[in-house]
Amino acid sequence: MMTDEENTPARALTRRELLAGAAGVVGTAAIATLPALGGAQQAKAAAGAVAVAPPPTAPLDPTKVLGAPTSAVGARSPFVKLTRLPTGDLQGFSLTPHGDLAGTITPADLHFERHHAGVPLIDPMRHTLTVHGLVAHDMVFTMSDLMRMPQVTRTYFLECSGNGRAAFRDPKPDLSAQRVIGLMSNTEWTGVPLHALLEECGIKGDATWMLAEGCDACMLTRSIPVAKAMDDALLVWAQNGEPLRPEQGSPLRLLLPGWEGNANVKWLRRLELGTAPWMTRWETSKYTDPLLGNKARQFSFEMDAKSMITNPDVSDVIARGWRSLSGVAWTGRGRITRVEVSVDGGASWHDATLHEPALSKAVARFSWMWHWQGEEALLLSRATDETGYVQPTRSDISTIRGPGTDYHFNQIVGWKVGSNGAITYHGGR
Amino acid sequence: MRRIMMLGAALLAACGGGGNEMTARVSRSNGGPPPGQHFELGRVATKAEVAALDLDVSPNGTGLPAGKGSVLEGGVIYVQKCAACHGPKGEGIPPLYPQLIGRDSAGESFNFASNPKIARTIGNYWPYATTVFDYVRRAMPMAAPGSLSNNELYAITAYLLAENKVIAPDATLDSASLVAVKMPARDRFVRDDRKGGHEIR
Repeated sequence: MMTDEENTPARALTRRELLAGAAGVVGTAAIATLPALGGAQQAKAAAGAVAVAPPPTAPLDPTKVLGAPTSAVGARSPFVKLTRLPTGDLQGFSLTPHGDLAGTITPADLHFERHHAGVPLIDPMRHTLTVHGLVAHDMVFTMSDLMRMPQVTRTYFLECSGNGRAAFRDPKPDLSAQRVIGLMSNTEWTGVPLHALLEECGIKGDATWMLAEGCDACMLTRSIPVAKAMDDALLVWAQNGEPLRPEQGSPLRLLLPGWEGNANVKWLRRLELGTAPWMTRWETSKYTDPLLGNKARQFSFEMDAKSMITNPDVSDVIARGWRSLSGVAWTGRGRITRVEVSVDGGASWHDATLHEPALSKAVARFSWMWHWQGEEALLLSRATDETGYVQPTRSDISTIRGPGTDYHFNQIVGWKVGSNGAITYHGGR
Repeated sequence: MRRIMMLGAALLAACGGGGNEMTARVSRSNGGPPPGQHFELGRVATKAEVAALDLDVSPNGTGLPAGKGSVLEGGVIYVQKCAACHGPKGEGIPPLYPQLIGRDSAGESFNFASNPKIARTIGNYWPYATTVFDYVRRAMPMAAPGSLSNNELYAITAYLLAENKVIAPDATLDSASLVAVKMPARDRFVRDDRKGGHEIR
């Protein structure tokens, strides 16, 4: 049996069901309970699912009816239903609905989640960050201290390296963009450049590795090379202009641009500077990539270039004529420089338009206009990054890493178009 | 002031704009203290404060506490506090509750890349025994993390290693003997050699 957590969510509530409002009340908020020691039933947390109310009836002519008053907190149109696809497990994850999103920024409430011991509740006023080890002085910082430090605002994607595992292992035709790439989101982050903080603490020259620790119920820890910490790493407290959300590490998380999500430790309470990695559970047992030759790759931090067409999406039925094929592309190694689209399963490729600005280590939106005339088609996208790396095929990954490899799935994928216009997932060749 | 001014010219102040292609480095040309001086934010941590948080254990044994525990004692604890989720034989309930115990021919050759169905267990995959101690101490049992004593942690670590046929069934572990354990998969791990460019790795 596979022992990895990022798998197909057990509760299959599809985006289309939600959009149709057909699901009704599928979950109610409940106090999350830990698994009883007497039985190993899976604990389903409160965030399991969203009740969907039918949309109201809109006036036939809105110009003849006085509208709604102002409000303290805005809400989406009642005709728009955007939901993550959560597993509801304490050790689970939830998926960003890429097929329903436009542009590049992921709304904060739709940013994917992945956590290993539930989402902790932390009072920012009491939260501190301790920095110790190979520094001139062990230091404690409050959130107020950190928010007085130099700050920067940058847009970066964040991707769990388990993203797309189920789509690689078992590419079922009913998979949606949400299920295939939903463990990736893109956010404008604000925080302190980590090098500024480490310099403030007097980081010593022989420090080569840094342990980052969260204060969730598993005290998640990852060892990070100091070279990254002193390059573009951030300690962030805000996302898309608002304080971090609890699922994203409120009040403080490590942000390592372009690196696998797990290393971006949330609920950050401690940084220790040392000379060797600590070999934590999350960098040995998990988040290592089995390779052919009876070995496994460790500390595989950088996310390889990847892309997917997100519009159309599964279960759409497209009409003949011109339509935009639109999607997202990203790489942990800088800028996406090119995205190509194929409508014939890769026999020929067309350069898509990259929407400016296509930022480094951030999601780039691409689109390409296609004239569909009723023929069966296979829509694929292929990203190239500034290092010249070209997104590989499924067969490339199986051949080079092995069919049982794990993490960092970035194969070319897309959509099969039936002669009736019906869209189904295609896991690539 | 409270600290020695030990930094040279490397400081700092916010650089506001710029594209993502810049690193997040900030330069003092945009304000901030004179060269060699600090922002004077934060406070010095006491030794006790650091010690209370610094629970991590390294493969060289740094951070291992005093104490000891036997395989036999660990077996009792396993039944009481672990078996409900991980199964009576450590077979787990994947994917949420991983398989802990298992050594068979399929896993022994570390041929995981050829077959995703081969379970990765402590015995056939974990490269360091200290990781078992460290992880159990910080995260287990799931309903009461941090509740095991140091002796219990040594005992449960001993039990898991013995059931995985890494140490003898009558063994007792303390800091010295835990560090001395060499895991079967110790030499299977290689560092990341991907660099981008034209080669797929």
